[in-house]
Amino acid sequence: MLGYLARRVLSTIPVMAIVALFVFSLLYIAPGDPAAIIAGDQATPADVERIRAGLGLDRPFLIRFGEWAWHVLNGDLGVSIFTNLPVTRMIGQRLEPTASLMVLTLILSIGIAVPMGVLAAWNQGTWIDRLIMIFAVFGFSVPVFVVGYILAYVFALELDWFPVQGYTPLAKGFGPWLNNLVLPAVALGGVYIALIARITRATMLEVLSQDYIRTAKAKGVGSRTILFLHALKNAAVPIVTVIGIGVALLIGGAVVTESVFAIPGLGRLVVDAILRRDYPVIQGVVLLFSFVYVLVNLGVDLLYTAFDPRIRY
Amino acid sequence: MKRRDLLATGTAAAIGSLARPRLSLAQDTRVLRFVPQANLSSLDAIAGTQYVVRNASLLIWDTLFGVDSNLVPKLQMAEAYEATDGNKTWTIRLRPGLKFHDGEPVLSRDVVASLNRWMVRDTMGQRIKASLDAMEALDDRTVRIRLNKPFPKMLFALGKSNAPVAEIMPERIAKTDPFQLIKEYVGSGPMAFKKDEWVPGSLAVFEKFAGYEPRPEAADWLSGGKRMKFDRIEWLILPDDATKAAALQNGEIDWWENPVPDLVPLLKRNRNLNVDIADPLGNIGSFRINHLHPPFNDPRVRRAVMMALSQEDYMRAVVGNDDELWKAQPGFFTPGTAAYTEEGGEILKGPRRYDEAKKLLAEAGYKGETIVLCVATDVQITKAQGDVTADLLQRIGMKVDYQALDWGTVGARRAKKDPPSQGGWHIFHTWHAGADCINPAPYTAFDAGGDKAWFGWPKSDAIQAGIATWYDAPDAAAEKAAVTDLNRMAMEFVTYIPTGFFLGYQAWRKNVSGVVKAPFPVFWGVQKT
Repeated sequence: MLGYLARRVLSTIPVMAIVALFVFSLLYIAPGDPAAIIAGDQATPADVERIRAGLGLDRPFLIRFGEWAWHVLNGDLGVSIFTNLPVTRMIGQRLEPTASLMVLTLILSIGIAVPMGVLAAWNQGTWIDRLIMIFAVFGFSVPVFVVGYILAYVFALELDWFPVQGYTPLAKGFGPWLNNLVLPAVALGGVYIALIARITRATMLEVLSQDYIRTAKAKGVGSRTILFLHALKNAAVPIVTVIGIGVALLIGGAVVTESVFAIPGLGRLVVDAILRRDYPVIQGVVLLFSFVYVLVNLGVDLLYTAFDPRIRY
Repeated sequence: MKRRDLLATGTAAAIGSLARPRLSLAQDTRVLRFVPQANLSSLDAIAGTQYVVRNASLLIWDTLFGVDSNLVPKLQMAEAYEATDGNKTWTIRLRPGLKFHDGEPVLSRDVVASLNRWMVRDTMGQRIKASLDAMEALDDRTVRIRLNKPFPKMLFALGKSNAPVAEIMPERIAKTDPFQLIKEYVGSGPMAFKKDEWVPGSLAVFEKFAGYEPRPEAADWLSGGKRMKFDRIEWLILPDDATKAAALQNGEIDWWENPVPDLVPLLKRNRNLNVDIADPLGNIGSFRINHLHPPFNDPRVRRAVMMALSQEDYMRAVVGNDDELWKAQPGFFTPGTAAYTEEGGEILKGPRRYDEAKKLLAEAGYKGETIVLCVATDVQITKAQGDVTADLLQRIGMKVDYQALDWGTVGARRAKKDPPSQGGWHIFHTWHAGADCINPAPYTAFDAGGDKAWFGWPKSDAIQAGIATWYDAPDAAAEKAAVTDLNRMAMEFVTYIPTGFFLGYQAWRKNVSGVVKAPFPVFWGVQKT
């Protein structure tokens, strides 16, 4: 197991290297020019050219990539072209809001979706099942920003229960922190709840038709025990897989949610950076997201062994 | 304690702690929460000319002179000045006691270094530099600028609000290459920038500078006493317009610089909000043409488009049906200012002449070449103009390649001089702040200096000579005669096509007072109750 863990951790190095090269190349060939944006609309073409040279953007690809890769290997993600702040500092400022939003959304989604899926499977064909599946279709179909606007209108503007926008760091208190995150987490969680609930239902239906479940019922084991001890544990592997895959969905959704609720997170940072062509920031954030995703996949693989002892690495 | 009691207590505590955090009233009235027009990505208004950067920089840095709402330059950091030798020598004396935010005194050597940096980037500054014999610090508070030809517009150049503004920074910062962004944000303006609290793309904080001594006169745009009624101004960068509107209605922000026209009716209905025109000098829509390549290197083709172009179509696409927000503008200079003239603008008036335009195109030898129209679809104003242009060109029989891009890409693409079929362009849209079009000096888009001109590279020696005449004009009458000639020449030459004049709104909560109309947000004099 430890050998497997070491191999998997080491395998992230080539993955990250490929991601780094890919992102750098993509940005190199992508249209757009940060010098033109810094210079502003009133600048002349000659001004833009001078700024571009000052930023070193006129140097060949290999030199720029080599220099950047060397700095990354030394733990330095560079400096923002626009703010002159270190990219690590900018990421550090944005990490907590995004992590908070994603963790809260995960807790909320798993806490709601798994029982919903189990309930739907146990009551297959009844109005409970249909209601849950209608909710799931709704969750899939309505875009995150629409849910966000509706929630903000009802719960912030009309009822004044929550603020419309912003983020309060956890250090300033759990209440204010949660207060700012409830609406965004609900908005972002909609799709995720739908996805997990549907997969849970489908997997549970398959497991519930197995012989050992029939045997358990015949032995007089209670419904709750059958559902949550026998069935759910055996249905867990596909559910955990979907939760892992869904993290990528969450990262994408966080970009929209952070914009709608003005949360100063990594999603907004990378979108702003893309619009401005702030290359060091884009590269830094994408590398971080890739690393997180690789780690999540590793975590999912390890969780398999906990749910299914037959799986060995 | 029983399990159920513990749960009940925990739940009650959690719900209680969810109560929305509010600042105490006294504290709240000393903090202004402002939503600017765009993301504040940097703070160097010399290296960059973005309006949002200029607006923030005006809080941090002060100027020797400052224009008032009549665009007349008044003393600001300067205590006095003297123009001698027929406007060739300018001697400026600083007010006593001026300090930078780091506590250091403002000295004349700081002024010399700051103006040297500014002169490289500013069009008026470049004219001063071209005839500069010497700029020297005579003592700690006196600067002398010696030129080899008269420059009667010196005070306007040093006090104008157009970017780059001649802001005074410490010598060590001002020595930064004018094409690279500064790394320290130390000024002598009424507010100091809190770099430690800066979250780029989300929050920028300005704190009242205790060492600032406002002038005794009443504040008027960049002139007079800049008295701050706030201890702290927070610039909140909210990316979404609907969120901004909701936050303003909910009292989470105090002032929104540029609400989009679609949301204005909603804001006007809210009795807690004021909505009014933001900048009386407004904006001029721009149909920018590449003069280097066929068919637009032929003035007849440019005129053909102009005679078919309906400014009303453009303006309705930009601002909607609010007639208070736009007017036709058959001229290049800002309506309502001394420079405004319609001389030569008949081509933009009256019913549109599509048949005549088609005839002129044929006469000019247009053979159905594809016109590359680059449209920044992520900016509402450029998108709206681009859509109207695509329709207009098709109506007069031109073949259009509508390229939907983001503004970052258009910004880079427009610098390409390659033929349109090889990655270049024929047309892109933008707009110019009316404050930049009040005369030929800050009006980069009006220049027709060929390779040195703005994107599109129009070349007209007659227009360049006309601009020189305006610079040399000794009085207002001579200036007016010069701009009248310039307007006529530019209409005939079609440097670019103005698509109309439009205004924008600003919105603020009713407990905020002192908000004025200006080309930039004026924070001095604003207060909150």
